[in-house]
Amino acid sequence: MSKTIKLNKGLNINLQGKPVEQLVDSGISTTYAIKPTDFPGLIPKIVVKPGFEVKAGSVLFFDKYNPEIKFTSPVSGKIKEIERGERRKVLRVIIETTSEIQYEDFGKKEINSLKADDVKKTLLDSGTWTFIRKRPYAIIANPEEKPKSIFISGFDNAPLAPNYDFIIKENAKEFQAGIDAISKLTDGKVHLNISDKTGSVYSNITGVEKNTFIGKHPSSTVGVQINHIAPLNKGEVIWYINPQDIVIIGRLFTEGKYDARKIVALTGSEVNEAKYYNTRIGASINSITENNVKEGNNRYISGNVLTGTKVDKNDYLSFYDSQITIIPEGDYYEFFGWISPRLNKFSMSRLYFSWLMPNKKYTLDTNINGGERAFVVSEQYEKVVPMDIYPVELLKACLAEDIDKMEQLGIYEVAEEEFALCDFVCTSKIETQDIIRKGINLMIKELS
Amino acid sequence: MKALRKLLDNIKPHVEKGGKFHYLYSGFDAVETLFFVPNTVAKKGAHIRDAIDLKRTMFIVVIALIPALLFGMWNIGHQHFLSIGETETFMGTFLFGLLKMLPLIIVSYGVGLGLEILFAQNRGHEVNEGFFVSGMLIPLIVPIDTPLWMVGIAVAFAVIIGKEVFGGTGMNIWNPALLARAFLFFAYPSDMSGDKVWVEGMSHLDKVADGFSGATPLAVMAAEAGDKVSTFANGIGNWSVIDLVIGSYPGSIGETSVIAIGIGALILLFTGIASWKVMFSVFAGGLGMGLLFNVVAPESNIFMQMPAYYHLLIGGFAFGAVFMATDPVSAAQTSKGKYIYGFLIGVIAVLIRVVNPAYPEGMMLSILLLNTFAPLIDFYVIQGNIKKRLKRVKVTA
Repeated sequence: MSKTIKLNKGLNINLQGKPVEQLVDSGISTTYAIKPTDFPGLIPKIVVKPGFEVKAGSVLFFDKYNPEIKFTSPVSGKIKEIERGERRKVLRVIIETTSEIQYEDFGKKEINSLKADDVKKTLLDSGTWTFIRKRPYAIIANPEEKPKSIFISGFDNAPLAPNYDFIIKENAKEFQAGIDAISKLTDGKVHLNISDKTGSVYSNITGVEKNTFIGKHPSSTVGVQINHIAPLNKGEVIWYINPQDIVIIGRLFTEGKYDARKIVALTGSEVNEAKYYNTRIGASINSITENNVKEGNNRYISGNVLTGTKVDKNDYLSFYDSQITIIPEGDYYEFFGWISPRLNKFSMSRLYFSWLMPNKKYTLDTNINGGERAFVVSEQYEKVVPMDIYPVELLKACLAEDIDKMEQLGIYEVAEEEFALCDFVCTSKIETQDIIRKGINLMIKELS
Repeated sequence: MKALRKLLDNIKPHVEKGGKFHYLYSGFDAVETLFFVPNTVAKKGAHIRDAIDLKRTMFIVVIALIPALLFGMWNIGHQHFLSIGETETFMGTFLFGLLKMLPLIIVSYGVGLGLEILFAQNRGHEVNEGFFVSGMLIPLIVPIDTPLWMVGIAVAFAVIIGKEVFGGTGMNIWNPALLARAFLFFAYPSDMSGDKVWVEGMSHLDKVADGFSGATPLAVMAAEAGDKVSTFANGIGNWSVIDLVIGSYPGSIGETSVIAIGIGALILLFTGIASWKVMFSVFAGGLGMGLLFNVVAPESNIFMQMPAYYHLLIGGFAFGAVFMATDPVSAAQTSKGKYIYGFLIGVIAVLIRVVNPAYPEGMMLSILLLNTFAPLIDFYVIQGNIKKRLKRVKVTA
């Protein structure tokens, strides 16, 4: 039974720089990189050395504690560098690409005749297993576990997020193939969640249960969707995958190769022409943003403004992201800012006038607009977390490192993305996403 | 503005860590952030942040207090001139009150902010804005004749014992302003109760004007013998219901006018700073308890017979409900908890007023009591959520 769920809590932040639905090829990216830091908690074991020749789909590194989970190259070429940071932590494995991409052959498959183990093996070998993440914890799924169901959020309503209608439209056939393959992995259902604004892009997709979510962000995050459709209990596992990654999995089975092409939206107020780009996983930021960014002190974000990662323009697209956002940095002093009307700043509260202009698009910078304080204002997070959870109490349990309390208060059901708006609305400027991730890491450490 | 920024930039290296005057850092930081929103950018988490901050939030509360403050100033003069049987122009009345009120405000802010800065420096924290509000609340809830040194001690008690020992704003159990009031009430009862302390200068007067008593409506009610108040149709004692709403009767400085407090309440509710859940349920609780007393009142007990809505008009009920009970730190934090918390404040305030002859005003004690129990209320509300989660496991298992 498909469900329609209406959520009243949440917040949409209207920003300048929404991408127009125009798809162009990105500039040529001569280097690509896979960043182990994109995968929380991962300890990578590198198997390549600078100078090694790789094809698209060749293994670059694997998970030290789960050697089956391999991370493969999105392109063919030569390993240029293995960049390390403090304590020799691997930051980037950089591949210098050749003009014509060569692919590892994983064999074309007749999906309908495949068994779960065949699908699993192909995904693991090709490195596309890493697309599958799990709740609890929002980390790469463990192939040994059996998921209760699989969730796909078919839309994204984070600030300036790409429109999946537009992205998937071109690839509906591969998307269906991907769904067919994925659905072998669970005895439960595959939930494809759409919003009331989603067009007809998914209307012919079969083998899934479609649920409609009506409401503001974060209704597009899987944590919220799971909480309303099939709440996660202790001991249960749900897997989830991004729509574009389903397309890549679909291609893997129909074409027999790891073809890491994806569409990325370049967004934000500091972009000249916000639009969509054809590119690949691990492409350099520069290849997408070049000649399209305004002058000034800007912040480059791989992902959206709420959950994205701060990157340099010489850095690379993060693994799961379909969006790059560029906004101005806010490192300036504002004279009596806290008391002035600030008509060009946005606030969820009525302490400013933004509630009078619900359709105005804002250019927001990275200034945190205040200083960090203890929790003072209550029931603020509750307004933007549409889940049956007490956010402040959960955060306090995380801060106190009280495993039992964290479990009781629902740590299994959340990840950073559900708390991203708490970061935004907090009067006390508390960094809730960071607290939640630390809490999750503690759970993983203590319970394994 | 540029010159000021330059000046601050020049001073900054001297007070930062390693600088010669580092012990002045918190004070410097307080001044700097007062003039300039700092240039801090988001490092972790969301890259953009809401424009709201604690300074603006607290400042709006102070603005919401201004109607009560202005009315209080006028009423100081008004009551004073009534007591000596003179008449004075509106401006003269107001200015009289202003001059009497200013020292209280200055002492309250001076002592409180000084201590806050000391503690912040000692702990390496930024100075918290919480005292913005407490520092204004305290002068508004004391009798006008309270000696300044008492106010100073009470503020120090509230800041140190009420707040800083727990870790500062956000960590305190009780509302600091009410704690200051409670401290005064129990430490110097003779200066905090009776019929003379509520009117400026009355305790030194040889002779008061005919028919003027200086008692508050609550004191009148608590002291009433059966025959004096035969009917409530016209209000209490010499005050009509209209007087009670306007607030032109003796009492703590800011607590008397329901209209002025109402304006503040509208500001707080409109901006969403105060919880309407708490505010609404305090009034509901008080009214409910008053009605209950009306029903069960024996004929001899005049106080119980008093129309229930009078309770909401007299004493500190409205002020407490709007400005004290809604303090987000000491109130219940959960949505359901707020209803329970507020309702019980209303109930117990009226209960103490009517049943306990020793304390004519129950609002202060009622809020402090429920401050104490707010964590317990939250505990049970959250326990409900936890049980629901556990039950889900059993159903599916």
